Amino acid sequence: MKFAVVVNEGPYTHQASDSALNFVRAALEKGHEIFRVFFYHDGVNNGTRYTVPPQDDRNLQRLWSEIGLTKNVDLVVCIAAAQRRGILDANEAKRQGKDGDNIAPGFRISGLGQLIEAGIQADRLVVFGD
Amino acid sequence: MSASEKKKFLYINRKAPYGTIYALESLEVVLIGAAFEQDVALAFLDDGVYQLADGQATSGVGMKNFSKTYRALGDYEVRKLYVEKESLEERGLTLENLMPITYEDENEDYAEKPSIFLVGRAEIANLIAQSDVVLSF
Amino acid sequence: MSTLHTVNKSPYERSSAATAFAHVLEGDAVLMIEDGVLAARKGGAFAKQLTAAKGVEVYALGPDLEARGIKAGDLVEGVKVVGYDGFVDLAATHTRVCSWL
Repeated sequence: MKFAVVVNEGPYTHQASDSALNFVRAALEKGHEIFRVFFYHDGVNNGTRYTVPPQDDRNLQRLWSEIGLTKNVDLVVCIAAAQRRGILDANEAKRQGKDGDNIAPGFRISGLGQLIEAGIQADRLVVFGD
Repeated sequence: MSASEKKKFLYINRKAPYGTIYALESLEVVLIGAAFEQDVALAFLDDGVYQLADGQATSGVGMKNFSKTYRALGDYEVRKLYVEKESLEERGLTLENLMPITYEDENEDYAEKPSIFLVGRAEIANLIAQSDVVLSF
Repeated sequence: MSTLHTVNKSPYERSSAATAFAHVLEGDAVLMIEDGVLAARKGGAFAKQLTAAKGVEVYALGPDLEARGIKAGDLVEGVKVVGYDGFVDLAATHTRVCSWL
């Protein structure tokens, strides 16, 4: 099965990101394909590389980045939601005249069309939110 | 899948506008999604019925009033707005409290037709059962 | 053709669980995750609603139950416990997933 996963909330404040991560891992373990993980609303906050969570707890950004890079999972941060909340890649920072960017490795910023495309291309779409 | 095989997308709206961003940002998905020419329906249940409330005036709270965007949905070929009857009644509302949202039917000389369909809970359940992709916000 | 409904909030905090159960059809399944698992504890005010829906299988995510100190013996009768792998299986078996947030 091809799964599309949507994460509507940021790390730590809600369990959504953890639940999505655990779901994605379980799906991959079972041999399914994760077509895309789309981060929307505050979910875009999972994609900043500047978090420094306490050492004795999970590092959600790092866990997502790892899945993105080592399992070749497409992690997409919605550009509209990202602009509202200050998540930028180098391109966006330049375009918007900001003095830095913060996107985490393994994530890419793209449009809402990627969410619709995921809905069209995947066999199942699962939403994690508040 | 071929370009002609449309999927049925259902957007479930259950939250009131302004208290949270979900109403606004879900609408943004609908607008972008319109370009993909899929079969789109919006369901408004629970507090989501308030997204369609008439007379929204936001200058006092300093937030953008995006209610008129719902009225423009017809231009984006989004013509199926299902409002759950029980949700309205539980909140002391009737259809008259909602914005009149219409679309122009090009098959009938651009006659103006209502986009809002008042349906019961059971019909919403069936709507979910007929959808391919369900988006919740 | 059936739907997997997920409920992630407690029925004592939000109406999502009640709304979810009001929209299920025979053959559907409901999976409680995150704080939604609080609905599965026997003796709770919401317990009756879990088994009221005919022909609907009700599941609770094991890791979320454990995290909240809810043991197998504390559950409403008929609620099945699954892990994330079971969650994936349910999502694959049913035709679509509807998340009640």
